[in-house]
Amino acid sequence: MKDKSHDPNQMTGAAMIVRALIDHGVQHLFGYPGGAVLPIYDEIFQQSEVEHILVRHEQGAGHAAEGYARSTGKPGVVLVTSGPGATNMVTALTDALMDSIPLVCITGQVPTHLIGNDAFQECDTVGITRPCTKHNWLVRNVNDLAKVLHEAFYVATSGRPGPVVVDVPKDVQFAVGTYHPPRKSDVHISYSPRVKGEAAQIRKAVALLASAKRPVIYSGGGVINSGPEASRLLREFAEVTGFPITSTLMGLGAYPASGKNWLGMLGMHGTYEANMTMHDCDVMLCVGARFDDRITGRIDAFSPGSKKIHIDIDPSSINKNIRVDVPIIGDAGNVLGDLLQVFKAEAKRPDIKAWWQQIAQWRARNSLSYRKNNDIILPQYAIQRLFELTRGKDTYITTEVGQHQMWAAQFYGFEEPHRWMTSGGLGTMGYGLPAAVGVQVAHPDSLVIDIAGDASVQMTIQEMSTAVQYELPIKIFILNNQYMGMVRQWQQLLHGNRLSHSYTEALPDFVKLAEAYGGVGLQVIKPADLDGAIKEMIAIKRPVLFDCRVAALENCFPMIPSGKAHNEMLLPEEATDEATATAFAGGKALV
Amino acid sequence: MNQPASAYFLEERHDPNETHTLSVLVQNEPGVLARVIGLFSGRGYNIESLTVSETESQKHLSRITIVTTGTPMVIEQIKHQLDRMIPVYRVVDMTLTGRSIERELAMVKVRGTGDHRVEALRLADAFRARVIDATTESFVFEITGNTAKINQFIDLMRPLGLVEVSRTGVAAIGRGPEGM
Repeated sequence: MKDKSHDPNQMTGAAMIVRALIDHGVQHLFGYPGGAVLPIYDEIFQQSEVEHILVRHEQGAGHAAEGYARSTGKPGVVLVTSGPGATNMVTALTDALMDSIPLVCITGQVPTHLIGNDAFQECDTVGITRPCTKHNWLVRNVNDLAKVLHEAFYVATSGRPGPVVVDVPKDVQFAVGTYHPPRKSDVHISYSPRVKGEAAQIRKAVALLASAKRPVIYSGGGVINSGPEASRLLREFAEVTGFPITSTLMGLGAYPASGKNWLGMLGMHGTYEANMTMHDCDVMLCVGARFDDRITGRIDAFSPGSKKIHIDIDPSSINKNIRVDVPIIGDAGNVLGDLLQVFKAEAKRPDIKAWWQQIAQWRARNSLSYRKNNDIILPQYAIQRLFELTRGKDTYITTEVGQHQMWAAQFYGFEEPHRWMTSGGLGTMGYGLPAAVGVQVAHPDSLVIDIAGDASVQMTIQEMSTAVQYELPIKIFILNNQYMGMVRQWQQLLHGNRLSHSYTEALPDFVKLAEAYGGVGLQVIKPADLDGAIKEMIAIKRPVLFDCRVAALENCFPMIPSGKAHNEMLLPEEATDEATATAFAGGKALV
Repeated sequence: MNQPASAYFLEERHDPNETHTLSVLVQNEPGVLARVIGLFSGRGYNIESLTVSETESQKHLSRITIVTTGTPMVIEQIKHQLDRMIPVYRVVDMTLTGRSIERELAMVKVRGTGDHRVEALRLADAFRARVIDATTESFVFEITGNTAKINQFIDLMRPLGLVEVSRTGVAAIGRGPEGM
């Protein structure tokens, strides 16, 4: 037998993991050590190519990696231990699956001979994470490890991106085997996502678009995931066709908020003009969005008169909620490129002047208006000021989940893709702070702001400690209304204003809390002080908790009430108690 | 529509359910069956019957035959959801191709004496069921056929002393020279 002792590809499983990360260009790794990953941590200690960011809770590592991935287009990488380390990752994995974020999560596992024995810190990681990953692997043989790791990176980042888990028992980490660099044959031949759209379908789509009288472009997170070129093509497509464009929560920034065809976000808390345009259009071009229930409202009344074109890389997104007329399976950027080419060559831009006039009338309703107040800071005003004072800066925004998230989406204008990190599908409170940590790691010199709520931020507040340790100057801008605002709003609108457990009687003193962590705390109560404090926050090069006290009972409008269609929106000026009572089902509950 | 206070649209779907037989070719690796079954339970799809076995050991291929019911939109979803799983090579809707043969095997234990015993044997003969175990007071029949035929046989055995049944579930294959 050949002597393998001098073969540089002979190494331990733990060494293979670090080597694979380097081979895949990984620069940062978010993680938390524990018994079942100690050999990997030992390898990390002995090298300097991959920097490890120590979080304070594994969920934080997951969201940080999501923020990192979403803001760079590269996969986020996580390393956690077995048992509780793995189970703490479940929320972040599910979040990444719902929002199609590429994550590679490596989990330690108890030694193979102990699997199934209820060993200390054992859990069925692949069983638990099977429904919340794109794919997962348990590696029982060290000689399979290199292939699995390479495949894991490919699966996470190709096709519709998503999270993957590689579960590595501790004895496999110690065992010596043969490593090989990434190669094509590492991937299941059964997995080959389609990137290029079918030419015949693209022609059909172009014919439909060219004949449109009332068209709309409805873009989503798929355009962001496809990379900056897809956003560029989307902009060009809107320019060439002159079509109005709206976007989902996940798609904000693909088309600039200052662009002239921009209608604002659509959906439950979207603008009136966006939702009316969707409802009344005759041709809808959906790019990289999935007709989610927050978008469609009542599905049997969703855009009833339109022909629908749907571009998606995932065939299971087609005809899932809404029947479409021209499905095109492929990568958003790739298909947009072809669509644009064929449109330019074969079609003429339709005359849609009358349609724009109609849209102008809807716009004139000014659905995002709110009453001004000189005594109390209104949350919408706070976001507007934050936007104005950070305009033109190199800014990344993350959010938690709730009213503040919707206000951020409505009032913060995104000009570029990859600048907006939010938990859309899963709606994970506690996402924004660790996501901001991840974004700041990737962009150390940029301004990274987590627009937060007082309730959400406490779910992962411990990551302040991570930010301080790594000198990450994230800004946590808390719209503090002392309530779980969105829960309270629904209780008011749907449950007779019985505010069951949505008020936080014992909030921490956020200023002192920031100081306790070694960060900076700021508090603002008066609208007059807001601008100065935001400027101060921006100037501070350390983590800041910004306690912005806002009107406690403000509601987020406009809103599509439950069971209603896009053309039955409730606008802020109409949202009197009486109108609200009628608009929401079972109105007597509001009396 | 009058619906309870919910931010979800609660729709009553009235599309009729259809029954489809799906053939799924998968990489035979640990957990692959759990993935398929998890998909059905996780997304609320029905499994009427499920049959799985390795079919090409050299290539580590297994073939899963699933009989499922749902609205046409749900059936389409099931196929896409199966198809996008990493270890799944192909999903073929045998019902849609309309050119498939479906067979099931059942072992049927019947206990009785006298006329019942004679009648059971006579019916078994008519259904081309084989006797694969016999005692002086019982038979085990082996019967192969489509689901309807087997159901019919079992129904006939019930009054004649049916004890228990073990069924394989449906296996399906396309007619003609081509593979799936």
